[in-house]
Amino acid sequence: MLTQHTDKKYGEDLKKLREDILYMGGLVEDQIQKAVSSLVERDSKLAETIIQRDHEVNRLDVEIDDLCIQLLALHQPAARDLRFITTALKITTDLERIGDMAVNICERALELNEEPQLKPYIDIPRMAHISEKMIRESLDAFVREDTTLALKVCKEDQEVDDLNSQIFRETISFMIEDPHTVSRAMKISSVSKYLERIGDHATNIAEMVVFMVKGKSIRHMKEIPQTI
Amino acid sequence: MNNEGYALDESRGGGMEPRTPERAQQPEPESIRIEVDGLSVYYGKTRAVKNVSLAIKSRKVTAIIGPSGCGKSTFIRCLNRMHEVTPGARVEGKVLLDGSDVYGPGIDPVEVRRKIGMVFQKPNPFPTMSIHDNVVAGFRLNGTGDRHLIQEKVEKSLRAAALWDEVKDQLHEPGTSLSGGQQQRLCIARALAVEPEVMLMDEPCSALDPIATAKIEELIHELKESVTIVIVTHNMQQAARVSDFTAFFYMGELVEFGITSKIFTNPDKQQTEDYITGRFG
Repeated sequence: MLTQHTDKKYGEDLKKLREDILYMGGLVEDQIQKAVSSLVERDSKLAETIIQRDHEVNRLDVEIDDLCIQLLALHQPAARDLRFITTALKITTDLERIGDMAVNICERALELNEEPQLKPYIDIPRMAHISEKMIRESLDAFVREDTTLALKVCKEDQEVDDLNSQIFRETISFMIEDPHTVSRAMKISSVSKYLERIGDHATNIAEMVVFMVKGKSIRHMKEIPQTI
Repeated sequence: MNNEGYALDESRGGGMEPRTPERAQQPEPESIRIEVDGLSVYYGKTRAVKNVSLAIKSRKVTAIIGPSGCGKSTFIRCLNRMHEVTPGARVEGKVLLDGSDVYGPGIDPVEVRRKIGMVFQKPNPFPTMSIHDNVVAGFRLNGTGDRHLIQEKVEKSLRAAALWDEVKDQLHEPGTSLSGGQQQRLCIARALAVEPEVMLMDEPCSALDPIATAKIEELIHELKESVTIVIVTHNMQQAARVSDFTAFFYMGELVEFGITSKIFTNPDKQQTEDYITGRFG
């Protein structure tokens, strides 16, 4: 880790920012995991709880933004610190969106739990598992300033995308066979889409980590670079 | 909107390529005004600047940053031989102004200082002279007596230093009657009067309040149209605001030199990073 800041308060604020982001990341990961459980285990009560808890994610989003703006205004950060703070600003936005996706999953779960289960959920938990792992790893990469891990996250997004396409095809076939399943199949397809979006947000975080550490942008590239 | 010349075809973009107008004007090749080659400066036995080489581009602002005692002021004083007024100071290496060595045989230091003007930390107008006489002091020394020409010169220099409107009705008041910021701009006008090619500024704003500082910074932006500027500053935000290039000095050595935006967002050297992010010592 870097040497101490000459300005101790500044150093402490930067540390607090790092910790707040990790806390928010942990909370969001838990939201996703529980949201998917509420669907798979048909636990509507849990879904309600998760929807309620989203305000905590929103509160952190606003709080972290405020801290970043304060740091920018009061300390005129440069170089590594500047990249860290701007990255933090973007990461919180992604985390907040992931939180919203968890809420969306819960809303679909509440609706699906009212009706008979269309099919056993197999790929959805797999997708959720990978997406959660991507969030965890991207935040680990953020803390450890590990670009190799960040690049790994970017590559993992493909698995989530593939599973999403697979679920899409499967739900379409349900709908073609029996129009009565349309409503449920659409909702399952939506959940799959939410998880796919979560993977994208985790990728965004990982890309920002590469920028933070190396000062190089790898966003919007056609291929993920092997090394930085 | 005129999109002519812009690459709209996404397939062309290789992801990271900046989308620049295809037919945009190529910037004219940046010429080098001062080239410093292997410069070392000694005060007695102390080596204050160690083997520094760098090229100062014409009509750009180059900022020199670094902690106290790192040799920044010594360095810029050597560019116009001002260090020679310090007893025991000695220089090795070369300083080329437009290709000719300012330390070469037969070169008159006074002529060097006419071409390379200087503004100091504390405003130092000549205390016994009026505003008018302060501006033309250097100009007169260079041997012009024509009254009309002198009047023109006073107005032109004061205008260039963004001071004319504030002092035009009190030109015969003493220079020291002005505020600190005005005095500093008066010194800049005095330096500009002899039409230097390069202007060295040694912490020109450190004795000024933020408003006066902002005026000087604005002036720097205007001056670089015609003059090459080298500025030493302790204020890193100032360096970031006004300069095109930044050189970071530490313990007499040039640690890093490059484009200012790069130095302040993603410097190459750890030492530079530590200094500009405030992790020193």
